[in-house]
Amino acid sequence: MKLAVRVFSLWLLFMLVGIVIVWNSRFSTDISFFLPSKPSIEQRALVGQLQGGAVSRLLMISVEGGEVEQRAAVSRELRQRLAASPAYVSVQNGETGGLEEERDVLFRYRYQLSPAITPERFTVEGLQSAVTNTIDMLSSPIAMMFKPYLTHDPTGELLEVIGQFNPDIQPETRAGVWASRNGERAMLLVQTRALGADTDGQAFAIASARESFEQVIQSEGRRDMAMQISGPGHFAVQARETIKSEISRLFFISMGGIVGVLLWVYRSPRLLAFGLMPMLSGALAGVVMVSMVYGTVFGITVGFGSALIGEAVDYAVYFFIQTRRLGLDNWRRLFWPTVRLGVMTSTLGFGALLFSSFPGLSQLGLYALTGVVTAAMVTRFVLPTLAGEQLGVAVPGPWVQKMLNLLNQTHRLQSAVFFLAMLAGVYLWLQRDTLWDANLSALSTVSQSEAAIDTRMRTDLAAPDARYLVTINAENQESALQIAERVSLQLDRLVEAGAIGGYDSPSRILPSEMRQRQRLASIPAQDVLEARLQATLVDSPLSADKLAPFVADAQAARIAGVMRRADLDGSALALAVDSMLTLGQDGRWSVMMPLRPTPGAAGADIPVELLRATLEGSGALFVDMKTEFDLLYSGYVDEAVQLSLAGFLAIVLLLAITLRSIKRLLHVLLALMLTVVGVIAMLHLAGEHLHLLHLVGMLLIVAVGSNYALFFDRAAGGEPLDTATLLSMAVATITTVIGFGTLALSSVPVLRAIGITVGPGALLALLLSAVLVYPAGGK
Amino acid sequence: MKQHWWIAICLLSLSTRVHAAYDIEQLMADLAGHKGGRAHFVEKHYLAVLDKPVQSSGEMIYSPPDRLEKRTLLPRVETMVLDKDTLSFERDKRRLSISLSSRPEALAFVDSIRSTLSGNRRALEQHYTLRLQGDSRQWVLIMVPTEPAITVLLQRITISGSRNQVRHIEYLQADGDRSEIAIEPIEKP
Repeated sequence: MKLAVRVFSLWLLFMLVGIVIVWNSRFSTDISFFLPSKPSIEQRALVGQLQGGAVSRLLMISVEGGEVEQRAAVSRELRQRLAASPAYVSVQNGETGGLEEERDVLFRYRYQLSPAITPERFTVEGLQSAVTNTIDMLSSPIAMMFKPYLTHDPTGELLEVIGQFNPDIQPETRAGVWASRNGERAMLLVQTRALGADTDGQAFAIASARESFEQVIQSEGRRDMAMQISGPGHFAVQARETIKSEISRLFFISMGGIVGVLLWVYRSPRLLAFGLMPMLSGALAGVVMVSMVYGTVFGITVGFGSALIGEAVDYAVYFFIQTRRLGLDNWRRLFWPTVRLGVMTSTLGFGALLFSSFPGLSQLGLYALTGVVTAAMVTRFVLPTLAGEQLGVAVPGPWVQKMLNLLNQTHRLQSAVFFLAMLAGVYLWLQRDTLWDANLSALSTVSQSEAAIDTRMRTDLAAPDARYLVTINAENQESALQIAERVSLQLDRLVEAGAIGGYDSPSRILPSEMRQRQRLASIPAQDVLEARLQATLVDSPLSADKLAPFVADAQAARIAGVMRRADLDGSALALAVDSMLTLGQDGRWSVMMPLRPTPGAAGADIPVELLRATLEGSGALFVDMKTEFDLLYSGYVDEAVQLSLAGFLAIVLLLAITLRSIKRLLHVLLALMLTVVGVIAMLHLAGEHLHLLHLVGMLLIVAVGSNYALFFDRAAGGEPLDTATLLSMAVATITTVIGFGTLALSSVPVLRAIGITVGPGALLALLLSAVLVYPAGGK
Repeated sequence: MKQHWWIAICLLSLSTRVHAAYDIEQLMADLAGHKGGRAHFVEKHYLAVLDKPVQSSGEMIYSPPDRLEKRTLLPRVETMVLDKDTLSFERDKRRLSISLSSRPEALAFVDSIRSTLSGNRRALEQHYTLRLQGDSRQWVLIMVPTEPAITVLLQRITISGSRNQVRHIEYLQADGDRSEIAIEPIEKP
């Protein structure tokens, strides 16, 4: 008794420590689950863009219902409220031109920023041409915008600066605000202050937008209007909500089912409580281990817990059902080796995932591996001390005996099984081209209808999706900007040739200091400039006497020197620069230059080869995000195939060493492989497109399903099966099927795929093992 | 020369006012009946900051009801297209598109011509008070902006013409600068 108390206290202490660690763990539901742990340069650009890029901070809002004027009124009111909120850095609805607010800053630094400034600009000829051009502009309808600046900026530098930023495509406008293509929705585009990777910040921004919208329609009395939000932040928040609600839902379903089955079999709450110990210990230890190794625990990993408990509870089931008959020592001697072998095959299966460069997958592997081993250890070393020998399950009912009799006949089904297996095999061979879904989006929690809404809103707003990027990595800000400027020259030529529609560069807002100095050095001294102006404007309608403000501003710029990033603080331009020019953790600077396809280009594509060739040797790298995603995914798949094969081979090797019989090994393997074939055929028939996680599921069928085959194999090894062992196997299978089957209810594709593969797989493995592994007549 | 012609119209319109049974409704109906087409224009800008007026000229192409293209040929090529809600410019291979309704100044300047050309009284009266002088042969339509966003920029637009043909437009800006556009239709071949 004293020993039992000590063991229990020790167990409790470990559990408490575990709870403390879990309590202080960082949980994450963001996209980093899918992002490579050892990214290539291109992939690093991808990750950076997804987590902190400008596009990851964009949210699109649409307002529908009511009349066009009413929608416009709501849009204006909403813009005003959102613009006042600290959650947003910019709110656009088409009311004001994009750069209206930034015009003052651009005007102040026009001599540092204008690409037109060269020494020639300030010669008599250069001035002549620039001023004549500006005067001509005065006859243009947009003259009103520039007339106030005429005497300060007769060479039209502001226009040169602003001209660089004008996007080619503008959203539709209805009643003065942006609208969808069909005019039925008012559209807004907001940029959050929070980074894309900051899910809390995104959630706050979205919640405050919804709240503002409620207030607006309340005050406008327009209850018939509805708002829709889309964008990366929205999806991130939604994924988190989904996973959060599912973790507890799945856990309760799985737990409820398992507890129900155990109560029915044990008929003793005390036994049930003991039976839950190993699995709870395993689930907790899994999270603790992941938290300590990775620092961050993914929500999906925790969600996998509902499957793990179905697997981890098995060991206690074997223990309780089998010891009653055998006694503890006999159980340890006769059955523990089989249970241990099952634990080892499961360990090999989950262990193979540890080597994946897909962080989510390796975390799942570590979690399940730790859980299974812990549950087995607790069963082996803690339960016997606590429960003793007197605790056990009553003699199984007569139905188990009937089942055993049936089992003795199952070998008669062998030919039927082979026939069905052949059918399934031929079917899969014929369908081999349609089996797989070669897209990372198959793993995303974003539904197709939501993705369609997102695409529609993006088209309506002509919002960038940042598929194509040019990235630069340099050791300091200045050289990063200088490379960006050189690349810009090359890109300008491509724009001119119509190969690409346009691009953004941080060097437009923050030119390199070298470039700024060159520009400022082009401005002549005051007396020289005045003399040249006199000479230039002899016959011009604009007389030189009126241009004193110009001369003064140009001199002031020359004296003020270069503009720095800090000079942009407080304006949306600062954010624009920061989203394209970032300081990495390694102390190096990186530049992201989004490219736009030529308007109307087929499939909004960019001539990839031309760009790669153009940028060759420039120090910049062209990245196509979609291609990178596809490459990333196919890399994961290739790797998963290799790891699954390696895991499978390791299991085969383990079984070969332990079983020491080619015949028995082949029987077990045959049962397992036919199970995999059968499950895949059924999934495909059910219309499921297979992806990476189904593949992992197949490995787990082998790893988990082998546990049941091994008990039948014991009979083939000359140790006949009794009713207690059969009952324990049946219960263990049912709990595993419940555990993994629960995952099949999940709306998270990663969990669902494993669930629908392994759940039915465990059951089928048991049935096929009964037919193929269990010897005829039980001997 | 053009200016004399303009004064003549003004005088004419004054002298014919007594007979005026011609009202805005009729004028709008006449204008709405215009089938569109090409016209030559000469535009002069008088700015306080400039010692001399700036002159430009080119062609205007109107396709009823909502597309107006103004192609300036001199002193340099510039194309301005007003199509539905979008105003776009092209100059030196550089394109600029702006949403019309987001800019009251653009609205004041260009939409007024288009609404006049299409005889859209409702659109005009949203932003202006209209006053008509003359008869269908020689009419003068004076438009005074009512919206504060426009009044800060513009005092008045005076459009004159004959039957369904607009001949002359004058913008008087709030700061006293003004511009005049004379329009001469090009007969269809």
